[in-house]
Amino acid sequence: MRMLLVEDDAEVARFVKKGLQEAGHTVEHATNGRDGLFLAASEQFDMLVLDRMLPGGVDGVRLVETLRSQGNRTPVLFLSALSAVDERVKGLKAGGDDYLTKPFAFAELLARVEALGRRPSVDAPATKLRVADLELDLLSRTVTRNAKRIDVQPREFRLLEHLMRHAGQVVTRTMLLEKVWDYHFDPQTNVIDVHVSRLRQKLDKGFDKPLIHTVRNAGYMIRAEP
Amino acid sequence: MAPSLSLGPPRLLKSAGFRFALLFAAMFASAAIALVAVLWWATAGALDRQTDAAVRADAIALAERWREAGATGLAEAIEERLAVDVENEAIYLLTEAEGGRRLAGNLDRWPAVPAEEGAWFRTRVLHDGFAAEARLHRLELPGLRLLVGRDESEREQLRRLLTEGVFWASGAVVLFALMGAWLLRHALQARMRPVFATTAAIAGGNLGSRVALSGRGDEFDRLAQTLNTMLERIGTLMEGVRGVSDAIAHDLRTPIARARAKLEDALSEAPDEPALRATVEQGIADLDAISRIFQALLRIAEAEAGARRAAFAPLDLSLVLADAAEIYEVAAEARGQHFATDLPPQLELVGDRDLLLQAVVNLLDNAIKFTPPGGTVQLSARRVAKGIEILVADDGPGLAPDDRSHAGERFFRADKARATPGSGLGLSLVQAVAHLHAGELRLEDAVAGRTPPGLRVVLLLPSP
Repeated sequence: MRMLLVEDDAEVARFVKKGLQEAGHTVEHATNGRDGLFLAASEQFDMLVLDRMLPGGVDGVRLVETLRSQGNRTPVLFLSALSAVDERVKGLKAGGDDYLTKPFAFAELLARVEALGRRPSVDAPATKLRVADLELDLLSRTVTRNAKRIDVQPREFRLLEHLMRHAGQVVTRTMLLEKVWDYHFDPQTNVIDVHVSRLRQKLDKGFDKPLIHTVRNAGYMIRAEP
Repeated sequence: MAPSLSLGPPRLLKSAGFRFALLFAAMFASAAIALVAVLWWATAGALDRQTDAAVRADAIALAERWREAGATGLAEAIEERLAVDVENEAIYLLTEAEGGRRLAGNLDRWPAVPAEEGAWFRTRVLHDGFAAEARLHRLELPGLRLLVGRDESEREQLRRLLTEGVFWASGAVVLFALMGAWLLRHALQARMRPVFATTAAIAGGNLGSRVALSGRGDEFDRLAQTLNTMLERIGTLMEGVRGVSDAIAHDLRTPIARARAKLEDALSEAPDEPALRATVEQGIADLDAISRIFQALLRIAEAEAGARRAAFAPLDLSLVLADAAEIYEVAAEARGQHFATDLPPQLELVGDRDLLLQAVVNLLDNAIKFTPPGGTVQLSARRVAKGIEILVADDGPGLAPDDRSHAGERFFRADKARATPGSGLGLSLVQAVAHLHAGELRLEDAVAGRTPPGLRVVLLLPSP
């Protein structure tokens, strides 16, 4: 993907840019809001990664508002040291698609960027999701593996659905909390791991090929290949 | 330049009390002047008008007499009147117009009358050998000049007495007004003194100082109460800020120092790359833990400052609790504990959904941490008269009564809890969330008398 990173802190910018490039993306970098807005408006990007507070009179929120008012729909991920909930709400209201609080693990940023960049297309909503021999039917809300029915609870179904919609991509624990449970909170312990391992047990029991993989220091990924 | 805070009484003219008093003194004096004016008009004025009326009547009667009996008759009438005037107040003079020969009367000669005076005038005359103030009326008859009047010496005396009285009374009014002003100013200052003393003490750094109330329940007491309420609120906020800075100083520095030491150590001592890598990973984990403590502190501070009340929305607490139960049930089961819930189908509440969930999650996390395998963790909620109660009970060691009052303090950890991982911030946040929702947090034995008693945390949230 071709990305624009607008970040004034040189160290954070270098770290993010290097990481994204290593993951195979092209990254343009602007150090202030005005340059960022100019670049974002005049060139084509697949994704914008914006710091919330920027020098140059145009902060992240203003930048997105301006872009959106011009009809620009490029996905936007906010990076911010402002963690307060209303700050996050402000960022999303302005037209941001996701919000990540500093300090963050690069794996978290990468997972979110990739999830945003490869959003399922809205034109043809799928009724079935498939990974290898695992099939999830969104209409009948059933899960089958190798044509064998697997009983899952409603929340497990949503968890699996989210993983399968991002098959081949890393999904972090906070992403699962936000998307599957719809809360912003600190779970204190590894409860998400417990939920995932339960689901994994149900799916992989009796099959030799595991589908849900743990990605060290990052999160989980569902994919056919080990 | 900072405004100077002088504690001495303000200078006289700047004193609000004095200015109030002066205003009232002025009103008092105006009333007194009006009173005196009315008095004057009613006494001295009435006497003057009476005299004038008598003189006019006399003059008309004499003119009548002249018309009937001519100059001789007039002279006789005058002599008759003088003869019966026992008070010796009447003044008459009849002269010829030409030559000025005196025909009758008790004045020796025509008084010197200023030309500009009209028919009525007041002047000094020589009456019975004494100089006297007289009120006179001049009448021109064909060939004759008649002067009718009254000796006003006694009236004059009365008028003087009245003037003197008014003068002294005015002095007394001014004196009383000034004394009143002085007293009022002192009374005001005395009532304001506690406020000055308190604000000065607070400016001096003693934030615990409060304005003393007089108990009279008047405007000053209300002002003092308002001030005290404000100070209470500022105190709470200051406490929060201080709490955060204490926490930063103490509980963030320590883990930072630890992480730093580990990294520095690894830099010089690590035998090989895998060891160095492991230490760096540990360092990152340490930093993440520090970030989480920081995040928790900020959440607590936000909740305590009431800054998040803007995010309040109507919600069904039952759903939030069910979600919390769903998330944590697996954690309890993974540790071999039983997890029991008892939730009513619907609990309407206005609040902050994320913070309420965080509070319940913190309680559940504690309960799960302190309950041994085989024990039970219970989450229940119920409607009570005051609102909604959320109850989280465990089979853990419980909390000693002495420790309960400290449980909501940041970083407090009971002695029995030291071996269990945790930051000591969980209950602080619950308490802050309770306060934010105008509720309260109560800690009690889950089963009184049992050993160990277990802990039950009751979060009471008022609901409309």
